[in-house]
Amino acid sequence: MDTRFGYKDPLLEGRIFLSRVVAAFVLIIVLMLGLVVRLIYLQIVGHEHYATLSKDNRIKIAPLPPTRGIIYDRQGRMLAQNLPTYTLELIPERIEQIDQTLKDLQQLLNISDEKIELFNKQRKRNKAFTPTPLLQNLTEDEVAKFSVVRPYFPGVDVYVRLERRYPYGELASHVVGYVARISEQELKALPADEYRGTDHVGKIGIEKTYEAELHGTAGYEEIETNAQARAIHTVSTTDPIAGANIYLTLDVDLQKVAYEGLRDYNGAAVAIDIKTGGVLVFASRPGFDPNPFVSGISAKEYKALQDSDDQPLYNRALRGQYPPGSTAKPFLGLAALEYGVTDFNHPLFCPGYYRLPNSEHKYRDWKKWGHGSVNMNEAIMQSCDVYFYDLAMAMGIDKMHDFMDKFGFGRKTGIDLVGEVDGLLPSREWKKRFRKHAWFPGETIITGIGQGYMQATPVQLAKATATLANNGREITPHLVEKVVGKDSTDYIGDQEPKSLGLNKQNVENIITAMTNVVHGPRGTAGSLAKGIHYHIAGKTGTAQVFSVKQEEKYNEDAIDFKMRDHALFVALAPVEDPQIAVAVIAEHGGHGGTVAAPIAGDIIEAYLKSQKGGHHER
Amino acid sequence: MKDNRAEAFDSPSLLGNLLRRLHVDIPLFLGLLMIGGLSFVILYSAGGQEMQVLIRHASRMGFAIALMILLAHINPKQLQTLSPLFFAGCVLLLIAVAVMGQIGKGAQRWLDLGVFRFQPSEFTKLSAPMMVAWYLAEQSLPPKAKHVGIAGALLLVPVLLIAKQPDLGTAILVASSGAAVLFFAGLSWWFMAGCGVIGVALLPVLWHFMHDYQKKRVLTFINPEADPMGAGYHIIQSKIAIGSGGINGRGWLGSSQAELDFLPESSTDFIFAVFAEEFGLFGCVSLLVLYLLVIMRCFYIAVQAHDTFNRLLAGSLSFTFFVYVFVNIGMVIGVLPVVGVPLPLVSYGGTSMVTLMAGFGILMSIHTHGKKHPV
Repeated sequence: MDTRFGYKDPLLEGRIFLSRVVAAFVLIIVLMLGLVVRLIYLQIVGHEHYATLSKDNRIKIAPLPPTRGIIYDRQGRMLAQNLPTYTLELIPERIEQIDQTLKDLQQLLNISDEKIELFNKQRKRNKAFTPTPLLQNLTEDEVAKFSVVRPYFPGVDVYVRLERRYPYGELASHVVGYVARISEQELKALPADEYRGTDHVGKIGIEKTYEAELHGTAGYEEIETNAQARAIHTVSTTDPIAGANIYLTLDVDLQKVAYEGLRDYNGAAVAIDIKTGGVLVFASRPGFDPNPFVSGISAKEYKALQDSDDQPLYNRALRGQYPPGSTAKPFLGLAALEYGVTDFNHPLFCPGYYRLPNSEHKYRDWKKWGHGSVNMNEAIMQSCDVYFYDLAMAMGIDKMHDFMDKFGFGRKTGIDLVGEVDGLLPSREWKKRFRKHAWFPGETIITGIGQGYMQATPVQLAKATATLANNGREITPHLVEKVVGKDSTDYIGDQEPKSLGLNKQNVENIITAMTNVVHGPRGTAGSLAKGIHYHIAGKTGTAQVFSVKQEEKYNEDAIDFKMRDHALFVALAPVEDPQIAVAVIAEHGGHGGTVAAPIAGDIIEAYLKSQKGGHHER
Repeated sequence: MKDNRAEAFDSPSLLGNLLRRLHVDIPLFLGLLMIGGLSFVILYSAGGQEMQVLIRHASRMGFAIALMILLAHINPKQLQTLSPLFFAGCVLLLIAVAVMGQIGKGAQRWLDLGVFRFQPSEFTKLSAPMMVAWYLAEQSLPPKAKHVGIAGALLLVPVLLIAKQPDLGTAILVASSGAAVLFFAGLSWWFMAGCGVIGVALLPVLWHFMHDYQKKRVLTFINPEADPMGAGYHIIQSKIAIGSGGINGRGWLGSSQAELDFLPESSTDFIFAVFAEEFGLFGCVSLLVLYLLVIMRCFYIAVQAHDTFNRLLAGSLSFTFFVYVFVNIGMVIGVLPVVGVPLPLVSYGGTSMVTLMAGFGILMSIHTHGKKHPV
């Protein structure tokens, strides 16, 4: 037989195969004998030893799950707590006529047939002396009803368990997160000894990020059992250690201001304490009620949440990526000052459009007739696009990228929540790698007004604003202030801010221009200045959802709501001694100045009011 | 031809005749039925005397037998032709599972097809030896170093994908089934010795790549007493159960350890411990003999086969069956680390039984298609 690599020799092959089968068989016999030897060792030599161990094998270890730590806001209000829930459980072997008992209970407590069926199924799986639940989450009424007739139902009892509750519901759902039943996959990753008696685990938010701290240390009970595995008495008990309580920097009052401020929009608001990096507000609207997840949300409810157009399960503050629009201008302006590309007072004429040499393409300003002659102060105040088109071309994408990177754009802020995303800060390398294309000058131009590829998350914007307000010292936002365990308290976020080494005068100039956005004569967020006794520095932004063609006019009323621009606003206040930095995004809100800025203003007002001596005179 | 036919109709057993027509190899089938029958006896006791468990076990076994008969019908020539396709499909599915596992961020072995979920790694237990046998059948044997290298590389792809899932037990079975083909093809003894030396030298590297829980299992295997309430619990309890069985055992339903819930996984991976406690050394040795008889019949089929592909595949399937038995019992009696391999045909749980019976179906096909048969 001819093959590619030589000649087959069937006779030789057959001989080899036969010899190999014999070899394999010998190996098998040897290994099997090995097993038998081991069995003889265990069952004859070791029999007495193991029989004694078996007889003594009456001590069972029953896990005692720890109580989960409580989550508080900065003022000590409970965001996640443990409430007792009542379960009606039956011990089948103590009930003589179980069917009759079930019938009576069904009548008494109005129990559905499905639940009876489920109980019967579970009963068959359990041992006769194991309490098996029939009805969960009994109301106080039902408990009272049953208590009256309890003597007539031997073997039936109400058991109390602690269940996780989130009293503020959707308000802080994305921050606090929720616990739910441990999945098989999670079980593998968790320390088995600690979770033997626990059936819930943090799935998202603080509940997940701080799972190790919140969970606590499991205890156990050594129980002596008789030959039927029935518990006789407890030999020893090691008490569980409750999980640590967690105090957030979040303020429920401010969170409410932000969440209600966003009521007409989907969006997010993040506010950061500039001095500490503590997150005061972390709102993502719409939220969802985390409570059903604890006991197991129904597939239908879950699908409704998942399929909703408003995406309530989506943490916009952490994971929403939006073009920063004009909110990027103060940072790009600062970049130009730092690189010496221009100075603060150097004017530029804005005719309403920008054109590259030898090109017909017009990059338009939002103001059709132009801003006339503007310097950086006026360009930020009135949000002149042409000024920043020119600045971007003068700086080039490489410098812009390097400087914005320092402020944390395009990378995670490091906030203590799982699931943060990077956002996107474009660069030549990025485009070559992911878009397989060279960088075009036109892309530099639109990056100059925070459009194009650039994408930032609300928490990134808040962090960048806080860094600016902090005189260029970078902070890492954090939600947890302290973790209070049984014997110790850990403070999170006690960190030395990292200085970016910026020129102080440049930073001051930019903040002055941002102050003019709110308090200046033609600032784009002028309405904020009314009725406040301190100064706010801010910047409005509008993020394009779709692009208008060259000769078309963007007509807000004529287009569909879903196509309308996102409204953005970043702010810091008070200017004299910055304490709070805020970023607000209202999806499809249109103008940053009219929609997003008032929400930021309300948050700042509420925060400064709550601070002692927080009223800054003008 | 005519004589054969007459003989078949003259055979005293109508059932035997029917089985022969179904391409079922009767001695092998009888052996499997005996082990299968025994599995019900053990499961009834280990599973808490629950009819529900037996019914599910029976339905799985029924399905597995049906699959076996189906495969016994397919001509091994066709199996040979389809081998590369089958193998490629398995590798693609394994990659799909790995990708989805990446997305799901956790151990992922299942592919969800909406209607049913399955483990592609199970199929690989068959497709890997088929592929290697298909490849070597094309070469002149004994295999040259180059062919061994190619076969090894082919094998490494699914093995690494499965080990990554992470499912060490299945990875070992797949690797050994492929290695067995090479062995039966006449892999040089020197080469094997060399591999052994290199393997031992590479152990520290393997250790580095193991998951924490896998490391823990190995450490626990070396010294179970170090963690009696955690990872060593399985092995300690298992040894107690086996040892307390003695020579004669405590009798059926007499297993105190499983009954009292001391022995974990008593109806799946650790079912042998229950059996050993109830039926003692006599029972254990009898079960081993039963397995040995099945393996002997499989080897007989392998030797009877004349085509290279058939021979290699049959040899590998037979040997892999033994590896199953050895790894499971070895782990339960504490001479091998715990690697999640079920006791073949006895442990509760569907997938492994289905693959095993499919393997026996292939063996029967090799045997019954190899010789002249009444049609």
